[in-house]
Amino acid sequence: MDLSYGKQYEEFRAQVQEFLGKHWPPKGADAELPKEEGRRRFRALATEQGYLSRSIPKRYGGSEQEPDEIKANIIREEFRRVHAPGDVTGIGTMMLVPTLLEKGEEWQKEKFVGPTIRGEIGWCQGYSEPGSGSDLASLKTRAELVGDEWVINGQKIWTTTALNADYMFCLCRTEPEAPKHGGISYLLIPMKQPGIEVRPLRQMTGGADFNEVFLTDAKTPKDWIVGKRGEGWLVSRATLKHERNSIGAAATSTAMLAGLVHLAKTTKRGGKPCIEDPEIRQRLVAIEGYVRSHEYSGYRQLTLNSRGESPGILQLMNKLMSTNIGSEVAKLALDVLGEDGLLDAQAGEEMVMLPAGNRSWIAQYMYSLGIAVAGGTANIQRNVIGERGLGLPRDVFADRSPAK
Amino acid sequence: MNFELSEEQQLLQQTVRQFLEKECPATQLRAVFEGETGFEPSLWKGMVEMGLAGLHLPEAFGGAGLEMIDLALVSESLGWGAAPGPFLGNALGGLAILLAGSDEQKQRWLPRLAGGDAIATVAFDEAGGLWQPEEWALKGSRTLTGSKLNVPFASLADVIVVGLAGGELALVEKGASGIEIRSMEGVDRGRRIDRVSFDGTPAQALPQGAEASARVRDAGLVLLAADAFGAGSRLLDMCVKYAKTREQFGVTIGHFQALKHQLANMAIEIEPARALYWYAAHAFDHIPKQAPRSAALAKAHLGERAMQVARDSVEAHGGIGFTWECDVQIWFKRAMFDRAFLGTPSIHRERAAKLAGW
Repeated sequence: MDLSYGKQYEEFRAQVQEFLGKHWPPKGADAELPKEEGRRRFRALATEQGYLSRSIPKRYGGSEQEPDEIKANIIREEFRRVHAPGDVTGIGTMMLVPTLLEKGEEWQKEKFVGPTIRGEIGWCQGYSEPGSGSDLASLKTRAELVGDEWVINGQKIWTTTALNADYMFCLCRTEPEAPKHGGISYLLIPMKQPGIEVRPLRQMTGGADFNEVFLTDAKTPKDWIVGKRGEGWLVSRATLKHERNSIGAAATSTAMLAGLVHLAKTTKRGGKPCIEDPEIRQRLVAIEGYVRSHEYSGYRQLTLNSRGESPGILQLMNKLMSTNIGSEVAKLALDVLGEDGLLDAQAGEEMVMLPAGNRSWIAQYMYSLGIAVAGGTANIQRNVIGERGLGLPRDVFADRSPAK
Repeated sequence: MNFELSEEQQLLQQTVRQFLEKECPATQLRAVFEGETGFEPSLWKGMVEMGLAGLHLPEAFGGAGLEMIDLALVSESLGWGAAPGPFLGNALGGLAILLAGSDEQKQRWLPRLAGGDAIATVAFDEAGGLWQPEEWALKGSRTLTGSKLNVPFASLADVIVVGLAGGELALVEKGASGIEIRSMEGVDRGRRIDRVSFDGTPAQALPQGAEASARVRDAGLVLLAADAFGAGSRLLDMCVKYAKTREQFGVTIGHFQALKHQLANMAIEIEPARALYWYAAHAFDHIPKQAPRSAALAKAHLGERAMQVARDSVEAHGGIGFTWECDVQIWFKRAMFDRAFLGTPSIHRERAAKLAGW
């Protein structure tokens, strides 16, 4: 065992640091550019160096690097250290681009990949529907081919960034006679058109990060389909051999724990810092047991992934580990906050003397539940761990088998 | 970055497991568990022949000169097999003599321990749960008077490393005058514990005891964490097997989400904690600043996790899980030992908090 990255990688780290020293924050004439333009130029330089868009072929605007999770992690660490812009985040780069690269037509890759990874166009995901959550393949939004256009009718929900998105990648039922999974197609749909209405969905936190999207005779060209008709389910499950971020999830957990320890040190109860309270100390260390388990399991996954070996059941656990930790952290934070736990995170600042830090912990108390549900509920994660990890039999649902 | 076992380490674990499957299958294990002494000489002899008794002792003393991670991997495998015998006390006693003994003491004991010609154990606990070196109250140097509790296999041991006030350590040899050893009827019948009383019993101080005793304790915490991981992962295996074979309502019970989710929760409790004990074992030799706290954290966490998995395992087996017949009880008690020996999880959580400066 050796927890250092090794000589070869420390040399790589030095190169990244040298590059950042030269280019971030922007120097010389670049420093005069408007902020967004400065970030754009920096990203272009970093891509040229092979630091960004590493899994994207050069002909679509990426840097086409050999997969190397350790290098990717070093880049993230060093970029984060100096607050340099990293890869454009969001559902377009995370989900659509890998899907297009695997399953898209050449013209689709040329048209969409470059602008998406440069952040010039934004996407939203049209998967969930009011009646189709965990049982996604039961979705009912219909698309019919009329002449050279798909005409789409239905409703999507939990659609993050729908208000600002330029396009939606959307699962629609195009073959109503086909069995459940076989009747779905993967369409790309322009968002700025009369047939689409976006309504923000207010969350329990009071904020509105999600939307409902109503499609009423919305239209998209005939060839804006990824894969063939009826292959949408398979297309949406296309997995990519791109770099996994197995340390990323644990980094969030360790940062949350550090924040919680800070909160407990700086918040007083009965005139003494909360961190001196025996119960709070016990709970903090109990949480740390899970956090370090997650963190060190991340080291192990990084090692195995970088060798092309499978980390097995561990990689199925990352989301549920994060969720469980997030939930325990949020609960303990609310105890530390004491009476501030009565207040609304969104309350006007003139009304209450609530420090910004406490405000975000109160919000986190509810957000931690949103995270537990988003992208596959904790119970669905348990199914995955049980079935794919432990080899337990799948649930007996007659309509679950057809898509292979 | 390399946080994975080497081929040699994987082979070591595999060898120990195969040995236990062959030499200590369920029927044999149960016979020892239910027997008079909890000790099977041929099984211990086999372990000694594999080099397990001196794995961490220098080659100059007949050991294998390996690191804490290797010893911990063996401990995991023994927990996995619920292997009865004096491995833990023998390993800690040997380490204490190595770290704190004079040349003469090392020469006298270590080759014999590594070669299986003698067995060592450690006497740390005093009434009131005083496990930690800074808590030991027993006084004396050349002779000891007082008693120690929860001493693993004291009746077998040729030499007992006794913890004294000030974190000092002393050796007491088998048959020394004034020593009285009585079984305490411990719950884990694969690792018997005794009460050891001294009455003017001759003892020999280990010169570096005060400097070494905390480190011996930390080693114990790592080994117990590893053992707990082994026991917890074995229990999970047993439950998964049962869920795949036991039928109710015409299907195997693993089909039912209630059980599937319980097993998934058990898996997520135990599996990630493997890396926690690896890290603590690695830190023991390579990251000295983090070693004490990592050991405390691993022991607290795994003591708790393995115990919860054991409780869930009884439930997952239904009525049969509550019987003496069912092997779950053997690992359940293994987990009870790992949880309580050298101090319960809450004790080590508080220590971890202090060590962080909280």
